Amino acid sequence: MIRLAELSIDLGEFRLDRFSLSVNEGEFFMIVGPSGAGKTVLLEAIAGLHMLSSGRIVIAKRDVTSLPPEKRNVALVYQDYALFPHLTVEENIRWGLRFSRHPDQGHVEGLIRLLRLEQLLRRSPETLSGGEQQRVALARALAVRPSVILLDEPVSALDPRFREDLQDYLSKINQEGMTIMMVTHDFNEVLSLGHRVAVIVEGSLQQVGDVKTVFSEPKNRQVAEFVGMKNIFNSIVTGDRACLEEGTALALNGQRVGGECLIGIRPEDVMVGRDLPEGAGNVFNGKVMAIVPRGMAFEVVFQVNGFRLAGRMLSSALVREDLHPGEECRVGFHSGSIHVFKDTNTI
Amino acid sequence: MFGKEERSVVIRGRLLFFMEAAFFSGGIPLGRKFRERWFMLLMGSFLVIYIIWPLAGMFYRADWSLVASTTRDNVVIGALWRSIWTAAAATGVIAIFGTPLAYFLARQDFRGKSVLEAIIDVPIMVPHTVAGIAVLMAFSPRTPLGALLVSAGLSPVNSHLGIILACMFVSIPFYVDSARDAFYGVSPRLENVSRTLGATFPHVFFRITLPLAKKGLMSGLIMSWARGVSEFGAIVIIAYHPMVAPTLIYDRFATFGLKYSTPVAVQLILVCLGMFILLRVLVAGKRTEGAGN
Repeated sequence: MIRLAELSIDLGEFRLDRFSLSVNEGEFFMIVGPSGAGKTVLLEAIAGLHMLSSGRIVIAKRDVTSLPPEKRNVALVYQDYALFPHLTVEENIRWGLRFSRHPDQGHVEGLIRLLRLEQLLRRSPETLSGGEQQRVALARALAVRPSVILLDEPVSALDPRFREDLQDYLSKINQEGMTIMMVTHDFNEVLSLGHRVAVIVEGSLQQVGDVKTVFSEPKNRQVAEFVGMKNIFNSIVTGDRACLEEGTALALNGQRVGGECLIGIRPEDVMVGRDLPEGAGNVFNGKVMAIVPRGMAFEVVFQVNGFRLAGRMLSSALVREDLHPGEECRVGFHSGSIHVFKDTNTI
Repeated sequence: MFGKEERSVVIRGRLLFFMEAAFFSGGIPLGRKFRERWFMLLMGSFLVIYIIWPLAGMFYRADWSLVASTTRDNVVIGALWRSIWTAAAATGVIAIFGTPLAYFLARQDFRGKSVLEAIIDVPIMVPHTVAGIAVLMAFSPRTPLGALLVSAGLSPVNSHLGIILACMFVSIPFYVDSARDAFYGVSPRLENVSRTLGATFPHVFFRITLPLAKKGLMSGLIMSWARGVSEFGAIVIIAYHPMVAPTLIYDRFATFGLKYSTPVAVQLILVCLGMFILLRVLVAGKRTEGAGN
């Protein structure tokens, strides 16, 4: 559907470096990365708004590298909606139709119904709530029947209650066959909406793959840190054991190629409990060092032998295990939750 | 109203805009904040009075029977009309070339941009007599450019063309700066989105960018025109004749004295200020259509 081949862009403050990526038809493709990584620039480049220093862009089997934005049939939706303030909601939605040779009025009526905009058509964009504005922006983008729709953090400026609402719409639009490429920095959003995800750091592609794979098996330290893998240790792997720098040996669930590796354990995979079985492998005596609230859950930091382990616990688990700073406890993780990887910067 | 219109000419609106915003932004003024605002107003009103006082005094002391008789003086009417239309013509030329320049400056970052912006502002700094001399030297019939104009039947010296050339030189920054700020106020994202929806660049420029920048562009046009109408120094050097109103006022002052120059001055102020206020009110009235911040 979309194929980016060796794309390079240099805008001074933002740059993309030999970027290759493909997105399949009907896919909900996520792009994540720290701010300033060039995610917006990537979307704008696909839309034809930046000059490429090299590379090719193919959209719907058509090489669009040298086509201006209006000929690419790609719709772009920004975080700040970018509605035309001097036009009404309806004029905004229909803006793209005047350039279409066969404007499909029925399609637009359908979009207005789908996104529940019937009551807002005569309003001025400034009088709408954020959620309403984003729905109008979506309708305007979809009205021209683009072959792909590019979303730049479409929900991050919205109140939480509108956020889920809009995510539902996006999911519905995707299920109807629309290919979506979306920039976000919200892991939950990636997990709940995305099929595949690309991680960009400082203008270069770190990892592309299935959402679950990228989250549980990041390819390098930057990606691991970015996807929230809190426990990353240097280790020497021999056979089915990983030896941490301070001497603790961890059991792996199988033989691995040896040598200096990183190992990562997601905080959700850290278990705690008096009744953790002794023979299960990676179970240790630990001490609670700190309990930090993180949204709906808590991050609990344990001191285990010579290393520190961060776990993610719900408050119910804290109460059940009676965890307080300074408390001794049993803490561990399955050998299957240990992710072994090399720290490379390229894929 | 009077001060509100005049202020833009002198300090380009900034200081008093803040004061106005502080004072009339609604809400309940309380305690310290309120006292601070009063202090600001008190300090600021010095300048407002400084503008109004001399002009009001001129109206107060003018011999109105003389003013009345000058309204029938064809020389005065001719000079007034000449001031108005030459300034408008200069503004028209500036708009044609200045709009693309302003858009370019608002959208493009490049090395030397601040130098270019400084060059555009040079006419504000150059003494107007110097500007007149420079324009005269550039277009004098002895230069190839001047000779070309003369051979085409367009003498740049002591002609309407000369007046327009002088007006243009001094008015450029007033339009270009204002237009550039207006374009800055239109988010490039609006243009980007409309491009991806199928609009070509000219369509986006005329249907999205211009309507949203309209207020700033109009106020730039008015400022540029007002600057042209009030120009004396540069014009008098390149074209003493045909006389524009400021030249006529100076001429009457030098020849007949204050008594006979004041009626013309009063008339110029009445006509031009009237137009200035009218235009600004018209532009302000369109504010509801909304410029992008």
